[in-house]
Amino acid sequence: MKEILEILEKDARTTPEEIARMLRKSVAMVKKAIKKYEKEGVIVKYKTITNRDILKDDGQKVRALIEVRVTPQRGHGFDHIAERIYRFPEVKSCYLLSGSYDLLLVVEGGDIQEVSSFVSERLATIDNVNSTVTHFILKRYKADGDILKRIERNNRIAISF
Amino acid sequence: MNGEQMKISKVVEKMKPSGIREFFDLVIGMKDVISLGVGEPDFVTPWNICESAIFSLEKGYTSYTSNRGLYELRSAISKYLKNKHSLSYSPDHNMLITTGVSEAVDLVLRAILNRGDKILVPDPSYVSYEPVSELAGGRVVLMKTSGRDNFKLTPGILKKYISRGIKAVILNYPANPTGVSYTRKELLALSKVFIDHDLIVISDEIYDELTYDFSHTPIATLSGMKQRTVYLNGFSKAFAMTGWRIGYACGPEEIISAMTKIHQYTMLCAPIMGQLGAIEALRGSANSVLEMKREYKRRREFIVSRLNEIGLECRMPEGTFYVFPSIKNTGMGSVDFAKKLLHKEKVAVVPGTAFGSQGEGYIRIAYASSMDNLKEAMQRIEHFLK
Repeated sequence: MKEILEILEKDARTTPEEIARMLRKSVAMVKKAIKKYEKEGVIVKYKTITNRDILKDDGQKVRALIEVRVTPQRGHGFDHIAERIYRFPEVKSCYLLSGSYDLLLVVEGGDIQEVSSFVSERLATIDNVNSTVTHFILKRYKADGDILKRIERNNRIAISF
Repeated sequence: MNGEQMKISKVVEKMKPSGIREFFDLVIGMKDVISLGVGEPDFVTPWNICESAIFSLEKGYTSYTSNRGLYELRSAISKYLKNKHSLSYSPDHNMLITTGVSEAVDLVLRAILNRGDKILVPDPSYVSYEPVSELAGGRVVLMKTSGRDNFKLTPGILKKYISRGIKAVILNYPANPTGVSYTRKELLALSKVFIDHDLIVISDEIYDELTYDFSHTPIATLSGMKQRTVYLNGFSKAFAMTGWRIGYACGPEEIISAMTKIHQYTMLCAPIMGQLGAIEALRGSANSVLEMKREYKRRREFIVSRLNEIGLECRMPEGTFYVFPSIKNTGMGSVDFAKKLLHKEKVAVVPGTAFGSQGEGYIRIAYASSMDNLKEAMQRIEHFLK
C-alpha cells in the first residue's frame, strides 16, 4: 500500500475512490491505509505548493538558509538543541547535516531586517549555538520536486496514431 | 500541369486517405479539447537524455554517422537486449539504427517483398502496416480479430488465413490500438504456426516496456524463431522520445544488410542528435522508465474501471497506453460516436475504424494524459452517455 503515498505525494487531492481504482483495491482498504498513515505520522499534512512570486502586490516574504554550528549535548546529541531552534515559527525547515556545520535552517520573515534580527537576537544567543552563516534566498526555481515556472507542456498534436 | 494530367502512382492513389481525415481536421481546429487521441507519451523526455544531447551539440556532434548507426549505440542496444531478454544480436551484422520504427517497417517490407508476395497483417492494427506493405509491392491479407476473442491472434485464426504464397506476417505486441499482448505460452503456440509455414515474422515490439501484468517475451527468443524474425524496437515509447526518431531493427544478417542498402540511399542515417540521446537513454534512464510505467499502470486501472462503470465495456489491456472499449451498446458507429463526443463534450478519441474495419464498434482511448485530464474526460463521457 506504499503506492498510496506515491499517489498522494504527487497530488494530495486524489480521493480514496480514485486511488482505489488506480490500485484495484477496495475503497475501504484505501481509507483504512490512509487513516493508519495519518495516525502513525507517515502522512504529516496535506498542503498546497504555491508560488507567490507571481502575485506582484503580495507582501513578499524573505527567506534565508542559515548554517548553524552547535555543540551537541551529552545524552541528547543534537536533538535537544535542534528542538530549541525549530520550535520558533520563523524556522520553516530544519535539517541535521554531515559536513562543516550541523544544522541547516530555512528561516522566513517579513523583510531582511526581521530575518536578521531573528538570527542575531534569538538564534545566535541560544546556549550551545556557536556560529551562524546567513544566505538570503534570491529566487526559488524548484521546490520539493516541482518546477515553479509554468512550462508550456501541451505541444503534442491533438491526434496521432 | 492541371489536376487531370497529374499522374500519381497507382498504389499511392489507391492508398486510403484514411476515411477519418475529416474528423482529425475537426479535432485539430477545435479549442479546449481534452484529447485522448494522442499516440505518444505525455511525459517529456527524461532530462538526463536531453541534457546529454544538448552537450553533444555544444561539442559539435552534428555530422552524419555510419549508415548502420553509431557503433556505440548499436553496441549499447546489443548489451541491453542481451541483459534484458537474453537476446543476442551482433552490433556489426544483425542491427540497423533507423529513424523510428516507422522507417524500419518500411525498410523490412521493401527488403523482403517481391511484387505480389502476400503478407499477413492483423485487423485492427497500427495504421502504417497495410499501406506500406502495398507500397512495397506486397499483397496484404488482413487477419480479422474481433472483440469476441479479445482481438488476440491465435493459431486457429492464423491458420485460417495462411495459404500458399504467404511470405511474412506482421506482429505488433503490446498492440496499438488494442493494448493486447501475449504471454510466452501464447507466443509459443503462434511460433509453431510461423515455423510450420516458414514465414518471416516482422515483430514490432515498440511498446514492450509498457507491459503491465507479465514480463514481455520477444518472439525472437523462442526456439526456431530468431532466424526468421526481424525484431523492431525503438526509444519513442519507453523513453518518451517520439520526436527524436530513433528505432532499430535486429535480425538475420541477410535481411539487415538488404535493409541497410535501402536505408543508405533513402535515409542515409538516423539523426546523430537522436542517436546520442539514445545512448544516454540506455545508460541512465532505467528509473525514469519504471516511474513512467508505474504511472501508466495506475491510469490504466483507473480508466478501465471508470469505462466499465459508465457503461462502455472495456477489457483490461496487457500493455501500451491505450484502451479499446466497445461502444456497441450506444448504437452509434465509431466515427459517429467520436464526432458527437467531440462536439458535445470536447473530448477527442480515435474511432476504431482508423485501424481497420474490425475496429468498428470500438474507440481507442490513449491514457497518456494527466490524471486530471483523464478524470475530467471520464466525467464528460459519462455525461455524454446519459
